[in-house]
Amino acid sequence: MHPYPFAYRRASTVNEALALLASEEEPKLLAGGQSLLPVMKLRLAQPGTLIDISEIADLRGVRLDGDTLVIGALTTHHDLETDPLIATHAPLLAEAARVVGDQQVRNRGTIGGVLAHADPAADYPAGVLALEATVTATGPNGEREIPVTGFFQGFMTSALAENELLTSIRIPILDGARGTSYQKLANPASGYAIVGVAAVVTLTADGSVGSLKLGLTGVGDVAYRATAVEEALAGQQPTAEAVKEAASHAVDGIEPLGDLHAPAAYRGKVARNLSRRAIMIAVERA
Amino acid sequence: MSETQKATVSTTVNGEPKTVAVEPRTLLVHMLRDELRLTGTHIGCETGQCGACTVLLDGKAVKSCMVLAVQAEGHHVTTIEGIAPPGQLHPIQQAFWEEHGLQCGYCTPGMILSSLALLSEHPDPDDETVRHGIEGNICRCTGYNSIVKSVQSAAERIGRGDKPQPIQSGD
Repeated sequence: MHPYPFAYRRASTVNEALALLASEEEPKLLAGGQSLLPVMKLRLAQPGTLIDISEIADLRGVRLDGDTLVIGALTTHHDLETDPLIATHAPLLAEAARVVGDQQVRNRGTIGGVLAHADPAADYPAGVLALEATVTATGPNGEREIPVTGFFQGFMTSALAENELLTSIRIPILDGARGTSYQKLANPASGYAIVGVAAVVTLTADGSVGSLKLGLTGVGDVAYRATAVEEALAGQQPTAEAVKEAASHAVDGIEPLGDLHAPAAYRGKVARNLSRRAIMIAVERA
Repeated sequence: MSETQKATVSTTVNGEPKTVAVEPRTLLVHMLRDELRLTGTHIGCETGQCGACTVLLDGKAVKSCMVLAVQAEGHHVTTIEGIAPPGQLHPIQQAFWEEHGLQCGYCTPGMILSSLALLSEHPDPDDETVRHGIEGNICRCTGYNSIVKSVQSAAERIGRGDKPQPIQSGD
């Protein structure tokens, strides 16, 4: 099972990758390759040149920059599962990383690759939405910050320009009592999310919900923030009843996808139930 | 780009330096099987689902049908042929034999390499940890229970320092 022929170039720096993006014909960036190579083997994609960025050491790893967690685009799922800074400041992403694919995929696949690929059933989009992350894109004119709320533009479509490279993900660290949770119903064949819900909850001194951020993936053709749920629960005591009522708005304004594995009505129901569960667990952890 | 234009790939395979010329589109599994004749690495689905082609790349389990041969340039690859000297069984192979961790054996090389990678991070894994570690490897014979037992038996054998042993003929 071979892809169509292509040229292969390995970039060792971001600038080299950008230069190749500008000079090669029909270029495509190769990071972990765990989504791109299968698509190429099925001959659904035919890049002229693969620019392999997977060896750019500067783009792998997690660091703190003041009160912001900076995750290099080439940080693998396995890195996220085991990184101490992630465990401390963004355990939500470690929880999501643990349920991506399988051991082999987690060893190769990268968070930047997942976000740039913008698969509507990938796990991280829910988490980065709930964490209010920012994506750093680097292009010929330098870096720009893209709030993740505007990053996923449609089915397999992100806000990245053709001449840009996703270089890092920035996550603001919140003070005070915060609990997070990622809940997923996986497609038993592919491992992708039929529905995935990420919740970030802060509680005030009296135990009421200070803020809720809820990201959903797998439901529609693009991951989204369920603002109706967030608004319904803000300021409330997070009782089982209040959470259930708020979570009932999880697919307000969204047309859930329907397929062989999950008809639209079922997918909507799963989204509401997993939203309730994700919020309750996040509250417990806060 | 013509189909025949080749790239040179220099890797270390099972401890030996190897240099081969392959097309950029050649998958690592084809380089191992067709160029280096290391046919212990099996091809099951070739779509990244089954894990039969799992090898270690710098000690980490990867599906060799989801890695290009050119991406192995400068890296270390370990296949099933490389885990014990010829004619000998690694303790994990001995464990799979004794605990009936295989029936037809097709998934076994990949299963063993995923398990070895798992054991390098979790030397004494519980059931759930083993199952999480081998979820990328499909077995259609055993129902997995005996594989989990085999991996835990391997953990014990490796933990107490067992070394590869010559193959004993079966009963």
